[in-house]
Amino acid sequence: MIISVASGKGGTGKTTIAVNLALSLGDVQFLDCDVEEPNAHIFLKPRLTDERRIFVPVPEIDESKCTYCGKCREVCAFNAIAVLGGTGPGGGSVLVFPHLCHGCGACSIFCPEKAIKEIGREIGMVESGIRDGMGFVHGRLNVGEAMSPPLIRKVKERADSARTVIIDAPPGISCPVITAVEGSDFCLLVTEPTPFGLNDLVLAAGMLRELKIPFAVAVNRDGIGDGKVDDYCAGEKIPILMRIPFSKEIAGAYSRGEPAVSLFPELAGQFRDLFSRIRTVSGSS
Amino acid sequence: MKKIAVVSGKGGTGKTVVAASFAALPGSKVMVDCDVDAADLHLLLHPEVKERHEFRGGSTAVIDRGLCRQCGKCSAVCRFKAVKSGPRVERFFCEGCGLCARLCPYGAISMGETVSGEWFVSDTRRGPFVHARLGVAQGNSGRLVAQIRRAAERIAAEEKLEYVVIDGPPGIGCPVIASLSGVDCALVVTEPTLSGLHDARRVMETAAHFAIPVKLAVNKYDLNPEMSGEIEDFCRENGIQFAGRISFDPAVVEALSAGQTIIDSGNRTVGDEIRKIWELLIR
Repeated sequence: MIISVASGKGGTGKTTIAVNLALSLGDVQFLDCDVEEPNAHIFLKPRLTDERRIFVPVPEIDESKCTYCGKCREVCAFNAIAVLGGTGPGGGSVLVFPHLCHGCGACSIFCPEKAIKEIGREIGMVESGIRDGMGFVHGRLNVGEAMSPPLIRKVKERADSARTVIIDAPPGISCPVITAVEGSDFCLLVTEPTPFGLNDLVLAAGMLRELKIPFAVAVNRDGIGDGKVDDYCAGEKIPILMRIPFSKEIAGAYSRGEPAVSLFPELAGQFRDLFSRIRTVSGSS
Repeated sequence: MKKIAVVSGKGGTGKTVVAASFAALPGSKVMVDCDVDAADLHLLLHPEVKERHEFRGGSTAVIDRGLCRQCGKCSAVCRFKAVKSGPRVERFFCEGCGLCARLCPYGAISMGETVSGEWFVSDTRRGPFVHARLGVAQGNSGRLVAQIRRAAERIAAEEKLEYVVIDGPPGIGCPVIASLSGVDCALVVTEPTLSGLHDARRVMETAAHFAIPVKLAVNKYDLNPEMSGEIEDFCRENGIQFAGRISFDPAVVEALSAGQTIIDSGNRTVGDEIRKIWELLIR
């Protein structure tokens, strides 16, 4: 079973819940798909045993064959290629903007002179390892790199279907999040009881409905703010599977990179209960 | 016109609370909410929408079943696994490259422009505000950010406003790069946690990559004063200007729940701390 932990708003406690759930269950695989800002390793401290650089395809132009016909520019939907002047070999120039390239392959397929081949451009790294019995994989996007989905897909390719897989997703509701949660059997949306938390929960719920992924809510920092998240969930019949009260002790443990269940072992039972509830509401018990 | 972006790397550190407070502090400005995925600034600025615009973020393949002969070419060439058997297009995965449409031997695929959100120019009692709503499960947030920033900068130029204040998204990817591009200064708001520092470092490296000057403030610093000290040390050692500390105060969430900025709520402690940061930014 693949369980993803997501939220519209950042900083609501996705990593806290994903990490503590994983530690309470023990025999799981953890995939940190927040490749822009991967944090789970701070808490899980896995022994990393494998590191792979990840590449995306970008065009390389062989200007000895190029006739500057402009076909590559014409078929590129992302304005990643510019062709300047020229008629014969060496008469003009072709500029490739690798950061705009989505790697669709259209330019090399349509080049009439077969002057384009695709080369790999590194966008980041997938690292994996273990912590006790737990499998751990995360991605780390290179600084300055705009597109995280190809790297997120590489992290997810490592999912072990024989195990319970827990995915820590990035915040938001667009491409990176969709890439991370797609294919999950269940998604837990973490929110906080504030107007910001509610506004972004509504957006994230809309995204999961579109993706047809069953979901429920966990309320973190319960006790701050107001009761409107509860009212919304009641009105929409979205189950609230867990509440973690706001506590300076839990916040303190988080700040030092210590998982709450290491400090308060009694919490592990609550996270195992959360897992049973997830199995019940997702119909996979 | 001075452009200031508020970013954080890690989500939930208080970017929007800080940016909304800046709106209530002296200086003429246009506010822009560039966290188009999870836009929240409107909850504190109470905009009155004056203009609505559609955001066309790209295109999606559309298959004409009448012309399709089920040859399977489209799904074979798609590198984004967006054309499933049937064939049908999974719009969440279609990046709009158009390769399938160009290669379909029966001309059964066309590219349809997608409306992937809306953006707004609004009035608030603090001045103009540009914001957006990305459609459910849409991509291209970076392009939407670039579009609303252009609109805000045009307003600032026309109305001769002193500042463009950008409330940025979390992370370091495409919408963050679009939020940082060409600004005069980025304020990184972080929290005194290991994750906060780890993520702030990544976004500061991103800003450095694009040669954007950075200042850093620690929000809720008293939740872990020791870690706050470490973050200040980090700034000192790396030549990053430390812009100030903001206290943890339940009054911040109370003001937020009442739809108020902390400045309007009359809270002096946090209000004054944010005011000092603003004065440093505009000095």
